[in-house]
Amino acid sequence: MIPLTYYLVLSAILFTMGALGVLIRRNALIIFMSIELMLNAANLAFVAFARQYNVFTGQLFVFFVMTVAAAEVAVGLALIVAIFRSKHSIDVDQMSSLKG
Amino acid sequence: MDFTLILFFILAATAVATALGLLISRNAVYAALFLVLNLTCVAIFYLLLGAPFIAMAQVTVYAGAIMVLFLFVIMLLGAEKLPKGEVLPFQRPLAIGAAVILLAESGYLLFQRFRSAALLQNPGTVENSMDSLREMASLLFTDYLLPFEVTSVLLLVAMIGAIVLTKREKGEPA
Repeated sequence: MIPLTYYLVLSAILFTMGALGVLIRRNALIIFMSIELMLNAANLAFVAFARQYNVFTGQLFVFFVMTVAAAEVAVGLALIVAIFRSKHSIDVDQMSSLKG
Repeated sequence: MDFTLILFFILAATAVATALGLLISRNAVYAALFLVLNLTCVAIFYLLLGAPFIAMAQVTVYAGAIMVLFLFVIMLLGAEKLPKGEVLPFQRPLAIGAAVILLAESGYLLFQRFRSAALLQNPGTVENSMDSLREMASLLFTDYLLPFEVTSVLLLVAMIGAIVLTKREKGEPA
């Protein structure tokens, strides 16, 4: 049987890589994918804890996180399409219209 | 080493490698496919953790619906080739440093908190998966009924929002 700590370490590594992706990539779509990576890392920790303590609340929360992620992706991709229409680029450095 | 431990390490290596691929690939389509592989690895972890229903939901919702939506948008915008060039030259090393600090912090917390705790011992026996499914469904429709209903409203709002955001006004050029 695999100890809980292994899952938590893997979850921490994946979360960090997602955060790194948000910080270093300039493409809005890749930033979005990195956010999905972070959500998945959190889900993995949820399920690992649910397994450890034999409660199902953790699995339920994974459900809710998945629903929120689906909603977030729908709205976020719509925003990206709208931005691409006006700026013809999805580089986040180009979105500086408010800068003085 | 028993079989599940070997499987765990292979899958963990694949998950980390595909996440790295997502970070460094210059083509957005490749990045999306790396993420699909990563999500599939996580789905197998859910199976190992005795949550088959979550694993199936992961494959259908994430690897199926969400990533197909991503690929649609990438190809619709024609944004698969990413331009090089950095605006802020100091940003990348700074970001890597911050990520290393984050990882060190979480690792420190993990080992300080859980070193002697009961978390290192083996969990209980694997339950029958149908039992876990039944248990989850009954929780969802009793204790968590309100969040469940709020979720349906959230999905409706997201759908309306996506339609309104991408709708063209009358007379606006295509």
